[in-house]
Order: sequence, then C-alpha cells, then structure tokens
Amino acid sequence: MSIVALAAESEFEAPGTSTFWQPLIGDGAFAITRASVVILLSVALISWLLLAGTKKMSVVPSRKQAATEVTYDIVRNSVARDIIGSRDFLKFLPMLFSMFVLILVNNLFGIIPPIQYPTMSRLGFPLVLALIVFVVFHVVGFKKHGFIGYWKSLVPSGLPAWIVPLIFFLELVTDLFTRPVTLALRLFGNMFAGHILLVLFITGGEYMLVNGGFGLKIAGAVSFVMAFVMTLFELLVEFLQAYIIVLLSALYIAGALADEH
Amino acid sequence: MRTMSGNIAILGYGLSAIGPGIGVGLIFAAYINGVARQPEARGMLQPIAFLGFALAEALAIFGLALAFVFR
Repeated sequence: MSIVALAAESEFEAPGTSTFWQPLIGDGAFAITRASVVILLSVALISWLLLAGTKKMSVVPSRKQAATEVTYDIVRNSVARDIIGSRDFLKFLPMLFSMFVLILVNNLFGIIPPIQYPTMSRLGFPLVLALIVFVVFHVVGFKKHGFIGYWKSLVPSGLPAWIVPLIFFLELVTDLFTRPVTLALRLFGNMFAGHILLVLFITGGEYMLVNGGFGLKIAGAVSFVMAFVMTLFELLVEFLQAYIIVLLSALYIAGALADEH
Repeated sequence: MRTMSGNIAILGYGLSAIGPGIGVGLIFAAYINGVARQPEARGMLQPIAFLGFALAEALAIFGLALAFVFR
C-alpha cells in the first residue's frame, strides 16, 4: 500500500555511474574531479605518515614507527619475499609497497567521513596501476628470458607438439589481456559496488524516512543500520583488495621471473 | 496492470554472481579445512586461498561492470 503511494509522490533516484562523476573545476576529459583531489590528498597524507613514522628510528619503536613497520612487514615478508623469492624481491619492493599504501589509503578514504569517496571507483585510477604492473612484469620477463625466450617460456615444456599452439594462444591471451584487465576491473568493481551499496542504503533510507508511511519509516531505520553494517564490511573489503592487488602483482612478476612457467 | 521498468542487464549481474558465489564458498571451505587439519600451514595456504578467491570473484566483477556498460 505505502509502496504504491510512495511511487506516486516523487521519484527516488537510484545511485548509478553518474553518482561517481563529480567534477569540481572544469568539465570533460581534463576536469579536476573529486577523485583527483582525493588522490592528491592521499599522496600528501602517505608522505607525511611515512616520513613521521621513519624520522626518529630506534630499536624500541615508537607507536608511529611500529605502525609503519607492520605495514612494511606485510608487503615485504608475507607478500614480496614469500612469492617472488628471496633472491630478487628487493628490486620490486618499492613498487609493491607504494602500490599497497596508495591503494589502501585511497580505499579507506571511501568510508572516512569528511572524504567518503573511494578514488578507485573511477576506472581510470586502477587502470593506470594495472598498466604499470603490466609493463613491469613483461619487461622483467623480457630481461630475464630474452624477447623470444619469454614467449617460449609461456608454454610449459614437455607437451605434445600438437597442443603447443593452443596452449600458447591461451597463455598469450591470459598474459596480454586477462591479467591487466582483471587487475584493474577487480579493484574498480569492488570499490564501485561497495560504495554504490552504501549510497543506496543511505539515500534510500533517508528517502523512506522522509517520504514513507509508518512501515516505510521502520524500513528506513533498518536501512541505516544496514548502511552501518555494510560500512564495516567495506573496511574488510578495502584491506583485502589492497592486499590482493599487491599479491597478484607479485605473482605475475614471480611468474615472469620463473625459470619454467 | 502494473508494468515494471528497469534494466535487464542487472539480472545478468545476478546470474553472473551465482558461479563465483559457489566458487568462493568452495575455496574458503577448502582453506578452512586445510587450516583446521594443519594449523601451521596457514601461512602457505592463505595467499593461495586469496588468489583463488580473487580469480573466482573476477567473474562477478565482470558481470557488474557489464551490467553498467549495457544500461
């Protein structure tokens, strides 16, 4: 009953892709958007945090230093060293660590109140990160195996000759297309979907509270509770995505470096 | 007669989420099983589990992206 009445009163505008397009200065391809302001803010914040965390280093760490060390330790030991191997993981550590911190802080900005905008929900940002990883792991592979050798190393040895072209084609598609695209789309999709869910619960809850009958007002309150729960879930997803993208980048680099694919 | 309006691509997203849902469930079931049987293997299993999770989840993410592309 009240749903029908609600539909007649005014239109509820569901959040969509247009929710994320928020130009601040200018318009079109070169506009300065909310996302670009947020990512600049994140770079400033990360630089400050890391400088403050490593300024007065001591054997017994201060709290800032301990936090920095824990973050560094996750990337260095449990991702880079375990996956790339202790021989040549140090070369890739700066890239992996800066990617992890950049993505983590930008993701966390999605739920930190005054900012509340996940930068990575605009496809351009994760795409650039994925392209960097794409270039790095291919260049590393070329350097290690040589130009021809790298393409040869895609196919595992010891296969019957008739199946080799098929496997080569599959591996080529995986290497050149699937990997970078999934890397970018996974981060984008998670941030986009999570944020759209929050926006839906909050604006929908507000709409039901303001315009609905008694039953819908209760539903609106429940919707706010759900928004709170989903915010906590988002926190988990944001950590997980930052971890996963670094993990996958390390895996791709390790794959390009491996003697046998 | 009331009519429904909307975008059928969203249903496509729902369909594309079924498979990854089952897949992610299986992956974490195996991970929990493994850790329960051999707790010291957690460090080795965790990256594998998350890798499998990320790969399975990618399909659902494609569905979501396409749902918004074809609107």
